[in-house]
Amino acid sequence: MAKITFHGVGIKAMSACVPHDVYYNKDLGYLIPEDEIEKVIDNIGIVERRIAAPDVTASDLCYKAACQLMADNDIAPESIDVLLFMSQTPDYRIPATSCLLQHRLGLPRETMCFDISLGCSGYLFALSTAFAYASMEGINRVLLLDGETFSKIVNRRDKVDWPLYGDAGTATLVERGDYGDSTFMLNTDGSGENTLKINAGMRNPITPESCVERECEDGNIRNELEVFMDGMDVFNFAISKVPKSIKQVLKETDKTIDDVDYLIFHQANRFMMDFFVKKLKITSTQVPYCIHKYGNTSSASIPLTIASELAGKLEGKHSLMMSGFGAGLSWGSAFMQMNDCKVSPVIEY
Amino acid sequence: MNLDQFIENFVDLFDETDPDTIQATTHFKEVEEWSSLVALSVIAMIDEEYDVEFRGDDIRSSNTVEDLYNIVKSRVE
Repeated sequence: MAKITFHGVGIKAMSACVPHDVYYNKDLGYLIPEDEIEKVIDNIGIVERRIAAPDVTASDLCYKAACQLMADNDIAPESIDVLLFMSQTPDYRIPATSCLLQHRLGLPRETMCFDISLGCSGYLFALSTAFAYASMEGINRVLLLDGETFSKIVNRRDKVDWPLYGDAGTATLVERGDYGDSTFMLNTDGSGENTLKINAGMRNPITPESCVERECEDGNIRNELEVFMDGMDVFNFAISKVPKSIKQVLKETDKTIDDVDYLIFHQANRFMMDFFVKKLKITSTQVPYCIHKYGNTSSASIPLTIASELAGKLEGKHSLMMSGFGAGLSWGSAFMQMNDCKVSPVIEY
Repeated sequence: MNLDQFIENFVDLFDETDPDTIQATTHFKEVEEWSSLVALSVIAMIDEEYDVEFRGDDIRSSNTVEDLYNIVKSRVE
């Protein structure tokens, strides 16, 4: 069981950047019957999303978020020892995008850089990695850049996926300091590999055939380089694992839900998050949402929600619970003590 | 668990459908209001009311409301 507790490490600052272009779900008449659109929007809770232009990548969005974070907090590039890039939409297959970002951000050559690849659960796994490096002797600051542009890997005629996903890039600065304990509990079940998947890869090599769009289940259109999701299985997975995962972290840290100031869920869809709130019987804890504005931005959604909804609200000491879940299957929750975390408001690319 | 109560819980998930038109033998996917979102609320209802994990394939392999009930019943301890 991966239960990890960190002492004296925390998040110093956060920022986020979204594309300028707004896509409105009310305009999805070509995909969903007009008389059902309003109901779908109500259920998934997504009114609009930000979609990156064809020449804008997750690393571009993260770059801008990182520049904002460094400017707002007077962070010298030389003070960053580790750069992590968490994404499943990197710039290239080779080299790792974190290397490009090191150069672009003007970080020293002594900076350790590597990419992390996970689905919607990715932020917590990457954040635990950032905390781990920041805890090590010789490392002071870790910059975690988490960004996704799922718009590039979802077919616009896939009615399960296209109404959900949006694009975003985020930056999180982790360092040692006067922070209380943080506890992460992270889980995996690879038997669910087919629940959320892109088939093309080394197992199924890409051929000209892979790029041909086909009609799949329920009339959804996609090619083999695009995301497939079994919505019902994801939903069953999330409702059976997420509330339990949060309860488990509370139990291990000897806390109750009332000790949590803000509970931040991966912004999958509103219906699902409302179900979690009901199941956890949350009354006093605040649950911020930004899904109505930005949709499901995969692993970027937790830091994006914080930048969007908690900018300026994390001065002083606050306790946060974060919970992420997604492809893999992979899920986890973390209880975290924040101390004067500087959150920059969301900017546009 | 009993079938009548299950049907009542199932009927509650529909907003616009006349409750009297849904019975044990109803082919629920043919109900006009049926959608993938109603399917998610079926999974949520079964989790809440019966604490049973219900997968996409369970819904795909079922035709009538009673089929759903039988799967849930077989998993309730």
